[in-house]
Amino acid sequence: MTDGELEAAARRAVEAALAAGASDAEGFTESGVSRNVHVYDGEVESLSDAGGRGVGVRAFAEGGRSGYAYGTDLSEDGVTRVARAAYESAAVADEDEFDGLPEESGATEVAGLRSAAFDDWSTEQKVELALEVERAARAVEGVTQVENAVYSDAEATVALANSRGFQSGYAVTGAWSYASAFAGEGSDLMTGLGVGLARDPGRLDAEAIGREAGERARSLVGARQPASRRCPVVLDAFVAASFVGFIGGMLSADAVQRGRSLFADREGDEVADPALAIADDATDPDGPSSSPFDGEGSATRRTALIEGGRLQSFLFDTRTARKGERATTANASRGSYRSPPSVGTSNLVVEPGEGTLEELVARAGDGLYVTDVAGLHSGVNPVSGTFSVGASGRLIENGELGQPVRELTIASDLVSMLRAVDGVGAEARWVPFGGSVKAPPVLIGTMSVSGS
Amino acid sequence: MTFVDPELAGRVLEAALQRGGDLAELYAESREGFRLSLDDSKVERPVAGLELGACVRVVEGEASYYGYVDGLAEPDLLRAAGSVAEAVRGEAEHPAALSAAEPRDVHPIAKRPQEVDASTKADLLRALDERARAAGDEVAQARVGYAEGRRRVQVFNSDGLAAADDRTRVRLSAQVVARRDGRVETGTDTRGGHAGWELIETDPEQVAEAAARKALTMLDAVDAPTGRLPVVVGNGFGGVLLHEAVGHGLEADAVQKRASVYAGKLGEQVAEPFVTAYDDGLKTGEWGSDGIDDEGTPTRRTTVIENGQLTAYLYDLLRARKDGVESTGNGRRESFRYVPVPRMTNTYFAPGQASREDLFAGVERGLYAVSFGGGQVEPATGDFVFGVSEAYLIENGEVTAPVRGATLVGNGLEALAAIDAIAGDLDIATGYCGKAGQSVPAGVGQPHVRIRQLTVGGTGE
Repeated sequence: MTDGELEAAARRAVEAALAAGASDAEGFTESGVSRNVHVYDGEVESLSDAGGRGVGVRAFAEGGRSGYAYGTDLSEDGVTRVARAAYESAAVADEDEFDGLPEESGATEVAGLRSAAFDDWSTEQKVELALEVERAARAVEGVTQVENAVYSDAEATVALANSRGFQSGYAVTGAWSYASAFAGEGSDLMTGLGVGLARDPGRLDAEAIGREAGERARSLVGARQPASRRCPVVLDAFVAASFVGFIGGMLSADAVQRGRSLFADREGDEVADPALAIADDATDPDGPSSSPFDGEGSATRRTALIEGGRLQSFLFDTRTARKGERATTANASRGSYRSPPSVGTSNLVVEPGEGTLEELVARAGDGLYVTDVAGLHSGVNPVSGTFSVGASGRLIENGELGQPVRELTIASDLVSMLRAVDGVGAEARWVPFGGSVKAPPVLIGTMSVSGS
Repeated sequence: MTFVDPELAGRVLEAALQRGGDLAELYAESREGFRLSLDDSKVERPVAGLELGACVRVVEGEASYYGYVDGLAEPDLLRAAGSVAEAVRGEAEHPAALSAAEPRDVHPIAKRPQEVDASTKADLLRALDERARAAGDEVAQARVGYAEGRRRVQVFNSDGLAAADDRTRVRLSAQVVARRDGRVETGTDTRGGHAGWELIETDPEQVAEAAARKALTMLDAVDAPTGRLPVVVGNGFGGVLLHEAVGHGLEADAVQKRASVYAGKLGEQVAEPFVTAYDDGLKTGEWGSDGIDDEGTPTRRTTVIENGQLTAYLYDLLRARKDGVESTGNGRRESFRYVPVPRMTNTYFAPGQASREDLFAGVERGLYAVSFGGGQVEPATGDFVFGVSEAYLIENGEVTAPVRGATLVGNGLEALAAIDAIAGDLDIATGYCGKAGQSVPAGVGQPHVRIRQLTVGGTGE
């Protein structure tokens, strides 16, 4: 479908909902093509080329009742059916004085969301890229197996229209690759992941992705359970991103207003060491989740969340902003046309600090370097912030990486951890953990590590 | 319930095989759903959905080529088949003749949830909210949800398979927050099945009460102990341990890539002789049950561990072909937007001879892990980590104080071998299992099980 057709379908959805009786309405349409290549042992294991499209309609009835419906049929009849279903379902909801469309809508110009170079790549070239990732992982000494080498990309066009006169659309491209490699044998088998993401395949470094997978696996071979201790901990970029993503979720005004965030009532408080600054930024040209407007048509922006050690702001959509007597931060996010917008992070960006990973490790002296955490979402109490999560990585001995370790847990609570930040690395990268996060490695002054 | 007739399916498979291939498959699906939640005592976010779509797949040697389309219009299906065929380089093949298929009627639905008024569902959530708040003054917040879905599925393949399924699921969930001074604790509970409204009709408020009780209990929790301790794992959702630490390692894709510690161990004694475990996609009305899997293979019960011996892996068609065995009916997919991979259905330990009391007796100091917040496992090594959301100390054979912040860290093979007693109180709970970017409903279950020793990571000493 062309951009114009998608916008027209979104507009039709709005009109159909109003005709059905809605006091206000919003139509969201989406059309996309995605490709996926899995290679294994030098051969294509699976290859897909898929196209999808759909429409989601939010309809409002008197008293701020809202209902949502979605469907895959973008014909005039199909869109009308979805619009009616949205209005009918609104009747079930309770009144909500704060719910409604944004008073002001708009679009921010974000450069380079759709890469023109994206179209230059043939399927054969994408297969070759995945094979190169696999070869690079295998080339790492000690790698015994590459379980997966994957290339994926997607090109999506979305359009949004509402009954307050907003109508706009945009196109976005993205390409990802990852590999998972094994090193060692038997009970000593360790795995490592390498990832890369960009706007088009030309900006993916296949060799670096494969090598990262291989080297992560190799560096863990011989891992043992360490003795319990309290010590400095260096989180690598993957792990730092996972924590930052979790914290971002806690800063949702919806979680705050419903009493489900440990950050409730703490705006302006000191919640972190000043070395750590985190922002939500949907306008970063390289951000995988960047967009001109959010899921309900508010112009996107950068919002400082933690800066100078203090909690600066929560993340708002229109509804939570009204309830909190604030302005929206344009964080109404949508997973797809299949769900109504709700408060969510766009891209979380950790401000890079100074120093290489080696320098952070040297500063830690004796401690732990964590390269993987497991069970973060089950291991953190979202309300109290206490956590205990499984981890693996390497001991830091005399300022250098030493013995690989596994079957250990690290425990703290989120605010104590943020306050104990003792250094932020300079080398930040985009990783697909914890949503879409740009993070450098982070040194935490002290944490409780439990092993044997 | 035909939405793709066999003639059309034949034409699509013919197009998919125009440049060869060992097998071509058309998977068509209609997905209808409705969900509703209540939060902060307000009914909100009613969502209704209707999706139609199909996935076309061609298998050649060990490679799979596939594509999906939204909608079931013939030109779209033929275009998808043609684009998938482009990846293949051979002589045209022709599909076997197809007949019509009717759903296998093995999970009867007494009352279609679609026929129940939406306002009744809203009232149901209000009743749950009330029950949760009545559980104690310290209940601060409740969130409850209702979801229903109907997936109608048709599968045709070039070997002449024609199969259909009509799947209805309902699920209730509750999350309750309790607060005392600065302490905040959360409790959750769910009820769901491959079943109709009848599943909801008997005391649905019990779900909210159970969630509230967990949250209130945890207000009194002390810090979890750390170290190597005997662990009694609760029935029902405790089975997530089996699912994560053993089940994923039995999925044939992991086994064939040697990405599983269970590879090459068929016939080996991996547990004590009183340990038996199943994967059972045919168990009537259970959350992870279906009539057929998503490749058209009838679901069945597979004994994966029998008297302590590892007896079977879980197969889809592709991996079964490679090993020269039959599919076990475990080829599952989230929707028509995905290709099937080997997945568990309902996985559980068979009831044992011990009584629940026997399991605690004789434990001088241990952990009783009732409910998990979730878990993660590395199938290649079997290493796992589980956050325990509800747990108690066991002291001198008695269950005593609730504890918080406990994490179980271990290895699947070691934990399996360390099971030293199983009670008779089998229960199966509902979960969503994520793998290969796809989420499918999976039943997890077991009776009470005792593990001789496991590493408990906690915040206490």
